[in-house]
Amino acid sequence: MAALYEGFTLCGLVQTQNASDSPIQGIELDGDSDHAVVTDSTRSVTLYKVSDQKPLGSWTVKQGQLLTCPAVFNFQTKEYVVVSDNKVIRVWKDEDLNLDKAFKATVTADVWRVHSAPGGEPVVLFQRGAVRFLDSLLSAPQQPVEDVLSEEEVIRWSTNIVAEEQHFVLFTTEQKGECCLYVQRLNPNTLQKYRLEREDSGASPLSFSASLQDKHLNLLYLYPNGCVYQSVVAARGYVGLEGVQALPRSLRLMVPVGEGELGAASAVALDEAHVAVVGVPHPSARTGKDFLCIWNTNFQTLQAGKEMAGRIHGQVWCYLGKLFVSHGKALSVIPYECQKSSLASALGKLRHTGLAGNAALPHGTSTGRISIKCNCSQRNVKLGVNCVQPQPHQTGPVDEVQREVEALVSRGDAQDLQLSVGQLACHLVARSQAETAFYTPVALAQLVQTQFLCHSVCPGLLLLSLEHKDYFLCQLCLQLFPDIPEVVTCACLKTFISNEVLQTPYSDNFLLPHLKDLDTQQVILFLQYLQFVYLKYSQDVYTQTPGLRSPTMTQIIDWVCLLLDAHFTVLVMAPDAKGLLSNLQSFVKSQVKLFSELGKIESSLQELHKMKLSKDISQYSIEVIELF
Amino acid sequence: MGEFKVHRVRFFDYMPTAIRAMAFNAHTERLALGRMDGSVEIFNFADRYFQEKVIPGKDSRSIEALCWVGGRLFSAGLNGEITEYDLETLRPKYSLEAYGGPIWTITSNSQGAHLAIGCEDGTVKLFEVLEESIQFERNLDRQKGRIISLSWHPSGTQIAAGMMDMIRVFDVPTGRAVQRLLVDRGFGGSKSRETVVWSVVFLSDCTIISGDSAGKVQVWDGHTGTLVKTHLVTKWDVLALSVSKDESSVVVGTSEGTVIQFQFIAPTLQQQQDKEWVRTRTFKNHTHDVRALAEIETAIVSGGMDTQLVVRPLLEKFDERSHASALRKIQFPHRNLVFCAKKAGLLLFQFPGQLELWRLGESDGHGKPGDSLPLKRKPEKLLHLKRKGEDHICCSALSSCGGWLAYSTMSSVRLYRLQTDNNDISISKVPKLPKILRSAHQLCFSSDSSKLFAASSQSSVLVIALSQSECKYVHTLKPKSGSRQPIHLMTNSVDGKWLATANSDCEIHVYNVQKLKLHCIVPVYGSCPSAMGIHPTTNNLTMVHADQQIFEYSIVEKQYTDWSRKLQKQGLHNLWLDRDTPVTHVTFNPKNPEQILLHDMHMFCIIDQSLPLPDQKTQFYNQMTLRSLSEQERPSHLHAFKICKTFQVCFNGDVPGYLPCSTSSGPSRSQPFPPNHRGLGWTSQSSTGQHKHTSLITGAYLVVAALTPDRRRCSRYSSSACGAHTLSQSGSRAPRRPAPAASEVGVGSGHSSGAAWIGTADLDTHSP
Repeated sequence: MAALYEGFTLCGLVQTQNASDSPIQGIELDGDSDHAVVTDSTRSVTLYKVSDQKPLGSWTVKQGQLLTCPAVFNFQTKEYVVVSDNKVIRVWKDEDLNLDKAFKATVTADVWRVHSAPGGEPVVLFQRGAVRFLDSLLSAPQQPVEDVLSEEEVIRWSTNIVAEEQHFVLFTTEQKGECCLYVQRLNPNTLQKYRLEREDSGASPLSFSASLQDKHLNLLYLYPNGCVYQSVVAARGYVGLEGVQALPRSLRLMVPVGEGELGAASAVALDEAHVAVVGVPHPSARTGKDFLCIWNTNFQTLQAGKEMAGRIHGQVWCYLGKLFVSHGKALSVIPYECQKSSLASALGKLRHTGLAGNAALPHGTSTGRISIKCNCSQRNVKLGVNCVQPQPHQTGPVDEVQREVEALVSRGDAQDLQLSVGQLACHLVARSQAETAFYTPVALAQLVQTQFLCHSVCPGLLLLSLEHKDYFLCQLCLQLFPDIPEVVTCACLKTFISNEVLQTPYSDNFLLPHLKDLDTQQVILFLQYLQFVYLKYSQDVYTQTPGLRSPTMTQIIDWVCLLLDAHFTVLVMAPDAKGLLSNLQSFVKSQVKLFSELGKIESSLQELHKMKLSKDISQYSIEVIELF
Repeated sequence: MGEFKVHRVRFFDYMPTAIRAMAFNAHTERLALGRMDGSVEIFNFADRYFQEKVIPGKDSRSIEALCWVGGRLFSAGLNGEITEYDLETLRPKYSLEAYGGPIWTITSNSQGAHLAIGCEDGTVKLFEVLEESIQFERNLDRQKGRIISLSWHPSGTQIAAGMMDMIRVFDVPTGRAVQRLLVDRGFGGSKSRETVVWSVVFLSDCTIISGDSAGKVQVWDGHTGTLVKTHLVTKWDVLALSVSKDESSVVVGTSEGTVIQFQFIAPTLQQQQDKEWVRTRTFKNHTHDVRALAEIETAIVSGGMDTQLVVRPLLEKFDERSHASALRKIQFPHRNLVFCAKKAGLLLFQFPGQLELWRLGESDGHGKPGDSLPLKRKPEKLLHLKRKGEDHICCSALSSCGGWLAYSTMSSVRLYRLQTDNNDISISKVPKLPKILRSAHQLCFSSDSSKLFAASSQSSVLVIALSQSECKYVHTLKPKSGSRQPIHLMTNSVDGKWLATANSDCEIHVYNVQKLKLHCIVPVYGSCPSAMGIHPTTNNLTMVHADQQIFEYSIVEKQYTDWSRKLQKQGLHNLWLDRDTPVTHVTFNPKNPEQILLHDMHMFCIIDQSLPLPDQKTQFYNQMTLRSLSEQERPSHLHAFKICKTFQVCFNGDVPGYLPCSTSSGPSRSQPFPPNHRGLGWTSQSSTGQHKHTSLITGAYLVVAALTPDRRRCSRYSSSACGAHTLSQSGSRAPRRPAPAASEVGVGSGHSSGAAWIGTADLDTHSP
């Protein structure tokens, strides 16, 4: 699971004359984790204390000069480095007030970027692809700089990665619609060039993001059609390979793009399973492409979304649990949290390599596509999938739909079924939502029972069944869906209380806020129920068999704890909860006492294990011994 | 050498009671130990920790604290009385009601002029120590809440008092409370419980160190009343504190059974001036609460609920390894609690509250070494005799014919006539004992059961003539030395002529009982005799001392025998001298006059005087080696000391022989169980909870092994000449009931460490 928290504005942005230009060149960290170095598109560098939203210092170059690369912090010398007018490298310290008086060096070629990261020396990437360590460059600024790239090849994006004695500079280039990735390893220096696969539309990627995971460099890139691809390059090896390698890619995510293509959008990997995408539409909202969303790439599920006011510049930075997004006239900081999702816990693993999504779910091989298409269909966009037939479920009455579903379910082809069941369910749910009179409980139940469905495939189903008070279907879903979000679990709780709810997987952090939505009466009822269940089971602990659909003692206790955590103050105030609480307290007390007594017995009995058994345990015997 | 039949008896249900208090007298090197049953034991630390004296307990007495003033011993307890003990008559000299409710603590100032007690009613009472008694002087300012612990400042002008949730400092001359130190409560659930300051010490630099029920050891500045440092050492209670003489070290005892040392040292080598109290070492020698502690010059002495006294040497104080640098655990009394009527085959068990009389079982089978013989008759409990009155039994005796039984408490002696007629037993109290016979330190019947000897005050012995019709005072045997010390050992010869006594002054007197006069005094040796016996045929007196030395003295010739001189000249083997429990019984093999039998808690030993003495290079414990040798090789490896440390060793072998016999008995240690968290209250201090729990698991029990003579062989000897021997052995963990919960780790399985030999008695054989 992932969540976006309440954000705040770090600073306002100066509008540039050219609307397509971003008002910010870059955001970098310095030695303090709460600091951000923001370089605007013109002349100034500002250091902010993020939590206070307060500038700590600002440096500006003279009128007429222009900063051409984001300022970076040299972690080794504690100095800031920036490049003005492509060729002038400026180095200054925190206490320097005037940038003009700071150290300057003019180099012989145009600089693209200076990159710096903790644990590594800053490196300078020239526009023609050459790479130098900053130190060695400053010691001889007038040294010749070679051209690596061909005439018309231009750098689009670059980054550097420092990890455990390895230092990489990665940059992508574009030349006549062909994109390449260069991986420059430093110490020893090797350069490897990879050609990115061409997208059918011929478009170039909108954004790149790179990370080092499990000794592999992962490159994530977003195309205007909403596809997020991942390519993996081994961090070691291939050193000897000459020439240009083709870089294989895998589709990690298909973000629904709505009408038209994405303009200014950007994707950044948050961890191995989560991607933040800015400048995309929210699948369930119709307004423009001005959302920040976190997607789970393993399960193709939208985890969190937030609307960003104003025009999105397609820029997102991710530092230390915070996303920095420039939009409209502001730079916003949005804290986020990613956790192993309940679905992942339920399945027992997270996929590390990028090929998940196809195989991670037991329910289907291409759920990713399905879910996206379903989302599309809800928004009444033209379907991109070949439906099995021109179906009655679009318009037909309930019994016709029922027949169709039966026909579909009775067909044996599992592979095909997986696709169509998901589609069908989505259509039915969408139609039910649109037409209040239309509801097909039997058909839906049949579809759920195929076990090809999960919550991500058809997010509306469970809520729909709740709406219609179809508890049978609800129960069925709770039983069979492994990936029910906590908010929905709570919604179910509100409506009815069951053994199945308690058994659904959840994670405390995400459940707690939603549990708070329950009102007092519901809480009391729920507590009473839990106490009843606990008492019932504690009476016959041994008869509990794992195969039965009953929650374990631990599950019950966990829920009691959660419920009390969420509502303790309310319950203390509520007069009608008093009896229940004191009951619960005395019950817990007696249990604690019982267990402490059991603990004593246990340690005593444990001693018995240590004792050796003697063959002779009689109280009296007459034995013969011999002495010499 | 021979085969023996061992009677293993595991129904001596003796359990020492928990240790509640102790006080060490550095001047006399005596440790006084108070137990839950009100008994007081005196250990001589200068003489191998020998348990020199035992003042028996009393139902109404409770000991909460002990205190020495010079050579005088005081105790105070929850019965509200202060008691001074007479260490010569082994009884309380007087008891004084303090009128302050239960007394939690008693302590004297360093000058020895005053005693301070802490009472339940919140008063600290001062008593002046007079020549023969003590006298109430005054109260210090009365406080709200009980006074749990007290400590005088060495100057004697201030007293620190541990209370509930606080420590008070009193100015003694004015009696005013001058400081109030608030003690924090525990965390979590214990927040609502008052913190009991179980123990305080007041150092000469006005530092106060306290231990409390929240598990804290706190260091305070007594001048300003400020807290200097808190050490959280346990989840439960810190019960006892003791400071070393030079005030450089403090030890604390916790209810987890640990003893933790704090030392006043500089934390770094650079700053030797800035010393602070630093936790240095943790010892875990107890399974339960450590209730009493003393830090002596070279060791930490601790005791508690698990009933054993542990002497933990501080190894940095020793230059070389010796018996003194070894950890010592004293679990059982250093004297006999089991007696055997050899002619009748009866066993007498002495408990503080009752006597038990058992008839040994019989078997008529013959077996190889290692066999358990089939029982023809099971052992049988004949009698359970409860004492009368409040005083606990201090000594008892059974005549060898099984016809007389006597016991003494502090206040009275009782004599019974026993008649066993096949399976019936009748007991009748002998009325009208001579008035002079009021109490006895030791009792013993002559071998022909015609006389009863009772050790009385000032080392004198009363001789009482017994007959079917009457019981008559004959004479008082008095030592010439005029010693006022009590007799702790008494033995007489089989021919009825000699009686030997030993007292705490280490004097051994031999009396001629027929002439009723002193025959001779054995030259005084510096260590207390722990056991002695008179040889049935040669009338040589064999003595073993607390320091493990063995002497043989010819009563007839009034001089040490040649063997004894030879033994002293050559010296005992170091392994013998380094043993850590005293020999508690000496007896002789009737069939081989050259064999002496002795035992301590862990082993029994047969000394064959005809064999060469082992020198230091000889393998001392050689039974295993001997077994592995062939019969031809064996004689060249034999030496005089034949030691059976474990029954396992004894079980193997195939040479049939003749044999004497022995019994053994003793308690076992209780099994560990989680420490009970104790509140403040009397029930928490009673030992019932513990023992109940203990018996639930394994119980306290005892192994008694008796060696009875092989009847086949015995028939060759006349009954009078055939004095077979009985050893008592105890302490193996044997189950009291055959429940699966109590499995046995006894002697039989080779766990010698659990075995303890407590007493021996002579057992005569039946005439065929």
